[in-house]
Amino acid sequence: MKKMFIPLAVLTAAMFAYAPVAIANAPYESTMLLIQKIFYFHVPAWMAMYAGIAVCGIASGIYLFKGRPAADRLAVAAAELIVLFGAIGLVTGPLWGRKAWGVWWQWDARLTMALLLELVFIAYLLVRAYGGPGSDKLAAAVGIFGMAVSPFVYVSVNIWRTVHPLNTVVPTLKAGMFGPFWFCAMAFLLLFTLLLTLRMNLAEEQAMLDDLYLADEE
Amino acid sequence: MFLRTALLVLRKDFAIEIKSYEIFATTLFFAVGCVLVFAFALVKEGQAPPDSAAAILWIALLFAGTLALGRTFERERYGETIRALLLAPAPRPAIYVGKLLGILCLLGLTEVLLVPLIALLFAAPLLARLTLLLPLLVCGTVGFAAVGTLFAAMLMRARTRDVMLPILLYPMTIPVIIAGVRGTSALLASPPDEPTAIMWLTILLCFDVVFVTLSLWTFEPLMTE
Repeated sequence: MKKMFIPLAVLTAAMFAYAPVAIANAPYESTMLLIQKIFYFHVPAWMAMYAGIAVCGIASGIYLFKGRPAADRLAVAAAELIVLFGAIGLVTGPLWGRKAWGVWWQWDARLTMALLLELVFIAYLLVRAYGGPGSDKLAAAVGIFGMAVSPFVYVSVNIWRTVHPLNTVVPTLKAGMFGPFWFCAMAFLLLFTLLLTLRMNLAEEQAMLDDLYLADEE
Repeated sequence: MFLRTALLVLRKDFAIEIKSYEIFATTLFFAVGCVLVFAFALVKEGQAPPDSAAAILWIALLFAGTLALGRTFERERYGETIRALLLAPAPRPAIYVGKLLGILCLLGLTEVLLVPLIALLFAAPLLARLTLLLPLLVCGTVGFAAVGTLFAAMLMRARTRDVMLPILLYPMTIPVIIAGVRGTSALLASPPDEPTAIMWLTILLCFDVVFVTLSLWTFEPLMTE
């Protein structure tokens, strides 16, 4: 784990340094021109968030049913990253919407979905902080349920929104856009992995410290 | 054994409740109060906005249900009977099912009161559409109660249990709310849009199957603390 930090950090930094260049060189989208370019950070932030939901849900399941503390640490790290990348998505979304649609929020299907999942995982962090004794297992249940509810949120919000016509059309990617898009997606997923390993390492060291304190008191 | 245990838990809750009707009466009147608050907030010049009847029905159920959940488990915590329940030589998920059935009965009785009341106050043809409304209400209530019973049981020992239950429950049950409200308002349209209502009913059914299974599965490891 620790040996991966420096090469991963260097690689991620390099990718993010190059990203603006790649984005600037990408072709303009026909209706939204410059505004559309926020898409290269907005969608990868979402992809990182969904990766986090999958990681958190599975780690929570392993912790709840097998009791491995490492799984609990992974679940916490993933939940914090879900809230972080979700916040990035929820900030870039309205910024884009304000310019493209003229309003900050429009109950668009995907924004609403992101908001709901963000709330579920903020609830996860609140349970861990204020849940009292046994809050790690409570939070693990929230993590599992959060992952289980994602497809239902997707289906219901999608149908809820597409019954009323939207006044934007999801842009179909032009040929030159795939490159920068996947480059940024890779950069975000690497950032996600880097932050995950850092946070897990922190949690492990906290656990070691706790064990040492307890051993010291005996 | 499983069913017997669940029904025993249900009977126990019933027996306690019949003595004073405390949770039942107060939940019912809270739901009515909720409907009135929404009525006064929304009705303008004697007319409520369209589709508000469906929305108010489900919101009142959501709020009343949250309170009822908290208080059912508060009773267990106060009487310290939860340890006795967990020590009983019975499958733990059966205890969950017993509690779930209790909440379903309570919310069912609340719905029996709320549906005619809302139909009356908002001139909504709810009672004419019972063939599809009833399955919608049943499936929606089961979905909400399944998740709610698990979380309420989990949070019993937490200090901040009163506020944590809605914080956890509401985002998780938004699909139930969307499906319930959209399905009910599809039924209230003239003519009633039955295919849409059936579509939302199917989504609710899938939600119920997934979440009751998930709750049964996770109840055991969660309650071992």
